[in-house]
Amino acid sequence: MDEAAAESGGMRRGFILWLPLVLFLGLGGLFLHGLLSPESRTIDSKMVGKPLPAFALPAAASNRPGLSTPDLTQGKPRLLNIFASWCVPCAAEAPQLMALRQAGARIDAIAIRDARGDVDRFLGRWGNPYQRIGLDARSAVQLALGSSGVPETFIIDGRGRIVHQHIGDIRAEDVPDILARLRAAQ
Amino acid sequence: MTRLLLFLTLVMAQPLVAQTALPPAPYADRQLDDPAQEKKAHELMLTIRCLTCQSQSIADSNASMAADLRSQIRERIAAGEDPEAIRAWLVERYGDWVSYAPTTAPILWPLWAAPALLLLGGGALAAARVRRRHSSKRKAG
Repeated sequence: MDEAAAESGGMRRGFILWLPLVLFLGLGGLFLHGLLSPESRTIDSKMVGKPLPAFALPAAASNRPGLSTPDLTQGKPRLLNIFASWCVPCAAEAPQLMALRQAGARIDAIAIRDARGDVDRFLGRWGNPYQRIGLDARSAVQLALGSSGVPETFIIDGRGRIVHQHIGDIRAEDVPDILARLRAAQ
Repeated sequence: MTRLLLFLTLVMAQPLVAQTALPPAPYADRQLDDPAQEKKAHELMLTIRCLTCQSQSIADSNASMAADLRSQIRERIAAGEDPEAIRAWLVERYGDWVSYAPTTAPILWPLWAAPALLLLGGGALAAARVRRRHSSKRKAG
């Protein structure tokens, strides 16, 4: 064996000896990163870009009609708000929904696992920006929409296609963006 | 008297942070009458991820949305739907995220191949070792 070959063999062995440690540190770093980075809790609906599922829901409030798919395919884009009277962030987004309503947005809603008396009380307290409210007592339509919680707001174009999903309560800074998307959905 | 009071407090007890006032959906916590159907439904529930408590399956979760989904799964299986069709229906809405069952999607091929590759690599390493020891013995001998 000449010197160069012996040297390269030694280098290779040295590399192989260090490899497990390097792999261990790499994996350790990866796991640590996974543990320490904040968990992402939003699950986007894969129904965005697809037509609304067919549904027909009874009225959730005593002074608003129920909601079914044909109500959302009238040629004009609409907001579909998923809310519940028992949901605290839903009350927090009420002023923003009112602002959207005043800016000309048509808003329908689905009340999840709710009861009519509770919805009436909720709307009496926080205001009613909705034209129609369907009662989804067993989350069936929520599941069909790929929605994973309350509140969520879908933008539906005039042909009944879902074009956008806003997860969580609408903050004041979200209002212009939602209005712009609503206009774009014309 | 104390007993009566205790009894009354127990009867009137309400969960402090109830998510909803509605009673659970009919089949959320009630098994199907047909044990074969119930087994199918339960096996599916164990591999569907809860959307509210994201590290639990819907079979383990107390979230109201999980309860509604359990009831819906039992009702659909009782109506004759195939469990895998229900899984596909959910994946269509929530993505692969919602299912705990591993798939054979191309992105997972490296994962499936890893055991075989590691075994091959380990075998090659061991074979090289053995061969080297043999040859050094022969040289020494």
